Amino acid sequence: MTYAITHRTFYEYAAPVSVSQHVARLTPRLTPLQRCDAFALEIAPVPTLRRTRTDYFGNELCLFSIQEVHRRLEITTRSRVTVKPSEPAAAASSIAWEEAAKMFRDPVSPAVVEPYQFVFDSPQVRASVELADYARESFGDETPLLVGARDLTRRIFADFKFDPKATTVATPLEEVWEKRRGVCQDFAHLGIACLRSLGLPARYVSGYLRTRPPEGKPRMVGADASHAWFRVFCPGIGWMGFDPTNNCEPAEEHIIVAYGRDFGDVSPVAGILTGGGEHEVQVSVDVAEI
Amino acid sequence: MSDSFDKKNGRDKTQMFQSQTQSSIGEGSADKKAQPSPTGLLANCFASDTAFDEVRADDGKVRPHYVKLFGALEDFSTVELRRRSESCERLVNEQGIAYNVYGDPRGMERLWQLDPIPFVIAQDEWRALETGLIQRATLLNKILADCYGAQELIHSRWLSPAMVFGQPDFLRPCHGIKVPGDSFLHFYAADLVRSPDGRWWVISDRTQIPTGAGYALANRLVTSRIFPEPFRDNNVQRLAGFFRDAQKSLARLSPRGADNARVVMLTPGPHNETYFEQAYLARYLGYMLVEGQDLTVRDNSVWLKTLSGLERVDVILRRVDDDFCDPLELRNDSILGVPGLVEAVRAGNVVMANALGCGLVQSPAFMSFLPGLCEHILGEDLKLPSVATWWCGQKDARKYVLENLDKLVVKSAFRTHLRTPEAGKPLSDEESEDLRRRIEFDPDLFVAQERIELSAAPSWEKNLLVAKPVGLRVFLVTTEKGFSVMPGGLTRVAPDVSGRFISMQRDSSSKDTWIPSETAAADVSLLNTSAQSVELRRTGNNLPSRLADNFFWLGRYSERADATARLLRSALRLFNPERTSGAQPLLAPLLQTLETQGQLPGISKKPELRQNAEAFEAELLAAIFDPSRPGSLRQTADHLQRLAMLVRDRTSNDMWRVLSQLNDRLATPTASLVILSGDAVGVLNQTLMGLAAFHGLARENMTRAQAWRFLDMGLRLERAVYLCTLLDATLRSPEAENPSVLEAVLEVVDSSITFRSRYNLLATVPAVFDLVLLDDKNPRSVLFQINQLAKHFEKLPKEREDAPGSGKNLLAKCAARLNQTDPRELASPRGTWTNSELSKTIRETMRALPEISNAIAANYFAHASISRTGRGSES
Repeated sequence: MTYAITHRTFYEYAAPVSVSQHVARLTPRLTPLQRCDAFALEIAPVPTLRRTRTDYFGNELCLFSIQEVHRRLEITTRSRVTVKPSEPAAAASSIAWEEAAKMFRDPVSPAVVEPYQFVFDSPQVRASVELADYARESFGDETPLLVGARDLTRRIFADFKFDPKATTVATPLEEVWEKRRGVCQDFAHLGIACLRSLGLPARYVSGYLRTRPPEGKPRMVGADASHAWFRVFCPGIGWMGFDPTNNCEPAEEHIIVAYGRDFGDVSPVAGILTGGGEHEVQVSVDVAEI
Repeated sequence: MSDSFDKKNGRDKTQMFQSQTQSSIGEGSADKKAQPSPTGLLANCFASDTAFDEVRADDGKVRPHYVKLFGALEDFSTVELRRRSESCERLVNEQGIAYNVYGDPRGMERLWQLDPIPFVIAQDEWRALETGLIQRATLLNKILADCYGAQELIHSRWLSPAMVFGQPDFLRPCHGIKVPGDSFLHFYAADLVRSPDGRWWVISDRTQIPTGAGYALANRLVTSRIFPEPFRDNNVQRLAGFFRDAQKSLARLSPRGADNARVVMLTPGPHNETYFEQAYLARYLGYMLVEGQDLTVRDNSVWLKTLSGLERVDVILRRVDDDFCDPLELRNDSILGVPGLVEAVRAGNVVMANALGCGLVQSPAFMSFLPGLCEHILGEDLKLPSVATWWCGQKDARKYVLENLDKLVVKSAFRTHLRTPEAGKPLSDEESEDLRRRIEFDPDLFVAQERIELSAAPSWEKNLLVAKPVGLRVFLVTTEKGFSVMPGGLTRVAPDVSGRFISMQRDSSSKDTWIPSETAAADVSLLNTSAQSVELRRTGNNLPSRLADNFFWLGRYSERADATARLLRSALRLFNPERTSGAQPLLAPLLQTLETQGQLPGISKKPELRQNAEAFEAELLAAIFDPSRPGSLRQTADHLQRLAMLVRDRTSNDMWRVLSQLNDRLATPTASLVILSGDAVGVLNQTLMGLAAFHGLARENMTRAQAWRFLDMGLRLERAVYLCTLLDATLRSPEAENPSVLEAVLEVVDSSITFRSRYNLLATVPAVFDLVLLDDKNPRSVLFQINQLAKHFEKLPKEREDAPGSGKNLLAKCAARLNQTDPRELASPRGTWTNSELSKTIRETMRALPEISNAIAANYFAHASISRTGRGSES
């Protein structure tokens, strides 16, 4: 499936900004199942300085700074991405979760060092006994890892209500847990925290969803902004994605932009301003099938 | 074996015997002679029988490296020792050596505790320590280089990956950044303790921000002055060489070459616990002390924001934790850092010392890997052992820790907000069970260490020496030839004899540390040697706009204190309890001014006060001493001291001391203390003397550079405000023509003598107003202040074009108006005064002054704050 994607972020500041520095992680990732044929990043006003590099997690990021006084900033990306459907994983025959967790206890084999990084707490995701208990309802003794992950995804979808007004980008996970409400970012964090509480590596994925559903299918939640879900590492199979917001396993309709330990590692656009005052941000995403 | 046992026993007996007569040493010499002690002074000073005694060997004799010191101390009488210890306290006080204590209700700094008796380490023992420390620093640097580079140590299994990936101190954005010479660790400190068998152990590594070297230096300067004789006779090795090495090595880091290096010290600000040390070191090393907001990143380089524009910065000696250094790429909730700094470092345009990410190897969990890593990386055995450490992430270690929970100190393995038991406190069954469960749930996060009983050294306490547990912090700096160790260090003393843990946040004290040598110590100075060519400079480093702001307000508050003290002093003198009502007319202009300026708010609306002499006097005294009363002299003095602290690294010690004393004098011991108004006048006189000293120091000792200019502008502006307020109040007062009222005005503005030398007659309104308002030769006149301000403006960088209002224009208008005013107008009867041109001029000047102040702020102090952009939540 091939998509034309437009992602626009727009800031209007109450007071003039004299200098600003930004980091943008907006380039779709290359994966065995995902190809990016075209990508363009436009920034207005034109930055004084602009540099692209690859971050620690392999995401492409663009650092730019604007050194002239400005009152608005518009960042637009246009890309064309082709996603191949993945073979459905043989979840029932995946490794028992306890076996997997054991592999991520010291001493850890250098062969699994890469996923091992995602076992640990990260700034926005902390493991806890409470979350481990919650997760254990999906991960009974010797449950195959992917079966457990699938059930956990289903339960988050069922137990938590999607509510864009309940949380902000800074709401801690504990509060999401209390309120049982949140958005895709919160549900992804929750899934990751549950898996890490069992000693399993899990990571945050930021990306997009196809905006208009195929005929006869409902539109998915989170399609008009950037979306987020999680991946769990399953020894012998690899990283497998789960979308707790839509209770599904990402296939052809999820486009991956960045991986990280949590939202903080992959935040699509972040910036520091000198001046600026109060301001609001508007984001729009369109993912059209071609 | 049995021999040493007996001696040990004998010592114990001695201790028991002497503990009963402990007070004898302070009483006189009669008892002392009767003591069968090896040395009189040390007679009662023993380590506990299990701890290592730093001073005395097992045979009871003083260890050779302490012989000279105690020989000298014994020559002093108890009185003399007491005198020197008092002088030690005074020197600490005078230098303002301080340490901020977090959570201190007063929120202020606490004076540094310095024990006068130095800690001595024998030269050969020190050499062995040095070798071990250099090896350790070299090793830690290589580990850092690997973790932030190839990560070979992880792939070859020498290091558990959790040591890197599990740590919040592993800064992923800094991975792959090339640092000059692969040097991450420019400064390193280690905490050492000595166990009962006499061996030294490292109990913690300081790689993030190795603090304490400045305190060690401050301690040295004090101790070497109170004990000059033993200091000289011991040939104590000097510390200056260490700091010279540091200067050289920082300059060498500069991307633009050592000759053009601009090094700054980045501080988290005056509320940081070690701010004193930062200011002290910055001054000693000759670096500007800056906060994050003083710096900006443009074109991938770091610049200092000064009054006359941006100046390039090459090297940043940081006292800000690395994750707080850049809100863009590191912790985005930080306001201490500089956005874009990481990218500037990555581009090689600025160098951080220590490199960003160095906090990684500070984790206690690393200690359990060091012996293996040392062998693997350096091919040597680890020479200086760490305290036995078990990282619970490892199965065997975890088992051991869980089995020995009560014997070990359990700590957080990484810098996390983990709850860990308070060191040294026994655990209840419940706590122990909870800890056990948490370790089992997330073992990687915990580490346990053996408890080491600290060695003990003599401390001076209330006229006698008491053996107290000590620990030693030592400092290393990297040089061209590898690491070099400061010959000495910061010895820390536990607050009580049973103490096992030392933290400067608690009530511990410190000591100077002496390494004696056989030959006289070489004198090293931080000044360039004459062989090097010196570029002569007439202007100092450009002033950061934040400091200009602080100097301006320092000037304003110092003058506010001066005016307040003068007004209150005159009010107290004129106030006569015998004739309450009669004194009122004389007081009117003074009280009106104090009311307008906020010292006596609403006094005119409280007529009952005028009838009640006692209440009235209490009101005046409160305006002087009450620290909680807005505008009181005491509060102004508090502001002054706070501002003085903000410009601490830019003012002389004398200026600091004068302002500290000012505050001390106004601080009455208790609120209930009865103050006689006569005493209060005395305090005010002293306050005015102190302020005069401050202004004199500013005038005579500060170069006529920007700092002085802003200080003086603040002073002039504030003085103009007070003068105008007083003159306006005088014109409005019912008895303005009364010569006594005019005399009072002249006294407040310190112009009585001038007046009398000019007019051989009683004060008249036109003459007084001519002198105080319009005489441009009188340094206490309004016009003089306006003219001085205008002169300052001439010398400053041009005002910003986009800033609202021009200070220069406002001043020119004021001056023109004043020059056109004729005081003879006031020769007419008083009913018309408030409508006179002169009165209007005063009121207009009063209105213009705040605008001028605003213009100065807008033009020169504008440091816009930084903020985060809003972020869209992912949905």
